[in-house]
Amino acid sequence: MTEELSDILDAHAGVPGPLLLVLHAIQRRLGFVPADAVPYIAERLNLSRAEVHGVLSFYHHFRRAAPGRHVVQVCRAESCQAMGGDALARHAQTRLGIQFHETTPDGEFSLEPVYCLGNCACSPAVMIDEELFGRVSPEQFDALLATLDDEP
Amino acid sequence: MSAVVYVSRDAAALSVGAEGVARAIAREAASRGIEVTLKRHGTRGMCWLEPLVEVVVGSERVAYGPVTERDIPGLFAADFLHNGAHALRLGCVEEIPYFAGQQRLTFERVGVIEPTNLTDYLQHNGYEGLRRALSMQPAEIVQAVTDSGLRGRGGAAFPTGIKWKTVLDTPASHKYVTCNADEGDSGTFADRMLMEGDPFLLIEGMTIAAVAVGATQGYIYLRIEYPHAERALTEAIRSAYDAGYLGADVAGSGRRFDLEVRMGAGAYICGEETSMLESLEGRRGEVRVRPPLPAVKGLFGRPTIVNNVISLASVPVILRRGAQFYRDFGVGRSRGTVPIQLAGNIKRAGLVERAFGLSLRELLYDYGGGSASGRPIRTVQVGGPLGAYIPESQFDTAIDYEALSGIGALLGHGGIVAFDDSVDMARMARYAMEFCAIESCGKCTPCRIGSTRGVEVIDRILHGVDREGNLQLLEELCETMVEGSLCGLGGMAPFPVRSALRHFRDDFLKPPTR
Repeated sequence: MTEELSDILDAHAGVPGPLLLVLHAIQRRLGFVPADAVPYIAERLNLSRAEVHGVLSFYHHFRRAAPGRHVVQVCRAESCQAMGGDALARHAQTRLGIQFHETTPDGEFSLEPVYCLGNCACSPAVMIDEELFGRVSPEQFDALLATLDDEP
Repeated sequence: MSAVVYVSRDAAALSVGAEGVARAIAREAASRGIEVTLKRHGTRGMCWLEPLVEVVVGSERVAYGPVTERDIPGLFAADFLHNGAHALRLGCVEEIPYFAGQQRLTFERVGVIEPTNLTDYLQHNGYEGLRRALSMQPAEIVQAVTDSGLRGRGGAAFPTGIKWKTVLDTPASHKYVTCNADEGDSGTFADRMLMEGDPFLLIEGMTIAAVAVGATQGYIYLRIEYPHAERALTEAIRSAYDAGYLGADVAGSGRRFDLEVRMGAGAYICGEETSMLESLEGRRGEVRVRPPLPAVKGLFGRPTIVNNVISLASVPVILRRGAQFYRDFGVGRSRGTVPIQLAGNIKRAGLVERAFGLSLRELLYDYGGGSASGRPIRTVQVGGPLGAYIPESQFDTAIDYEALSGIGALLGHGGIVAFDDSVDMARMARYAMEFCAIESCGKCTPCRIGSTRGVEVIDRILHGVDREGNLQLLEELCETMVEGSLCGLGGMAPFPVRSALRHFRDDFLKPPTR
């Protein structure tokens, strides 16, 4: 990991205000930002560990633990609520057998709430691994998961 | 001659199967030995018709929609490539009433051109605004923007030209132009649609802003939930650099302007301008105390323009066609056009760009066609999660900054979310407080603590605990948040709560739930 981190920090040398860029790069590479990366980032960017931790924990997008193989985000905002989003959110939890912010025991799925995917004209919306879906009924939700299950 | 077919690559269209439709068209054409040129454009904003397929017939584009993969063989059988009759045929796309009635200035190319094709952009009057700007003095550009009457489309409605003038008049070695593309309000997608459908327009608008105030570096702060927009912008920025519209010598003017996209990380508060600047600097998105204004001391302590996507994207047409042209649209102090986004429980959801002054009722029924569920529309929330809930009795209010503020509401970023009569407004009020608690940056107490207490107080009301006392307490809590919060999050979260209390009080007094 240290070599990867070092490469990422090298790549951002001289960039103004680099911390978010660095955290994004680490998460893209590893899927999350491990706790032991914090002191290293702090040292390289001349920040305190508290500052790095503060930023890491402030933003909903950054993860401090490895997510499931697929990340399922269900929109919980008003437009989706007006189109059956609450029922879809309940269905997603039942179908996966987990609550929001949890990962299935087999490590397959993480379920996350999201507050607007900007797909409000096709509510309710779901995003799975950066792929966006609209007008999602509970049945379609199951069908979407089934296609993922089939993948090798 | 090869037939030309357009299928949108906008995220909304893709979310309902546009990619599969495009692939099916290519597949079917190949199996029939027909040559088809598939072009991928933005969306027209008639989202309920997506996936919408447009076929070029002579000088027109004929639309079919909503199309599924299964419809493709039938469409070929009906000879849709030559305007053939089919149950999904909608006629010339620009004559569909929803589209025909619009006044597209900012969105004139969205859904028309291939978004990241610079040649296509240039052939549709692209970069003419910048060309005009480069022939003017900086103060003249700022004056034109001021004269156009353009006000911040992000939600604050502050006159754009006045903001620019402050940056212009503040001497500094470096200045910045930043674009707030952290479109977090539920019910809004205009920024996304524009960035995906016409990214060069935003780049041109930011370049004009830079030329006007003497800035050399620009940042687009884009929310992480918009990966499609990130790809479109990145591609367009690269093309603009390659063609000399960005970099050391913008369009041969000898001026430098560099532009990059910076991704947010899922924090609603970063749509507030000072927390956006904090985030761009790599810190927690905590709100800054104003003054100093960002226009005087903004990004890295330098004078900075912070404008929303739509504000910046409205600038090229103002320069190209003149301030008076733009100003002639609209009413009162709300000049120009505004992209209204119809969302939630609405039959024809999508984007409508019209001059200010249209009534909510016209939007909801003439454009929107009423609710999607077929039940009566009971209320609409205008302006995102911090916007007021407006009851049916006020649907004749005009889309106009002053008219909406006159009924205790606000236009915000122009999102309208419709709810039918099955909505429980006490739950929506609770959600407003819950959302504020989740998204509060934590810097000021009224927002951080007030929102959490707000959820608890509403829960007590719903559970039937001392209802009169707790309703009174909720009012007082709302007042404290409005008066005492540092920014609009805590300061406006009470808007939906209070409007729900005012117009739908019965919903708070139903038999207790546990």
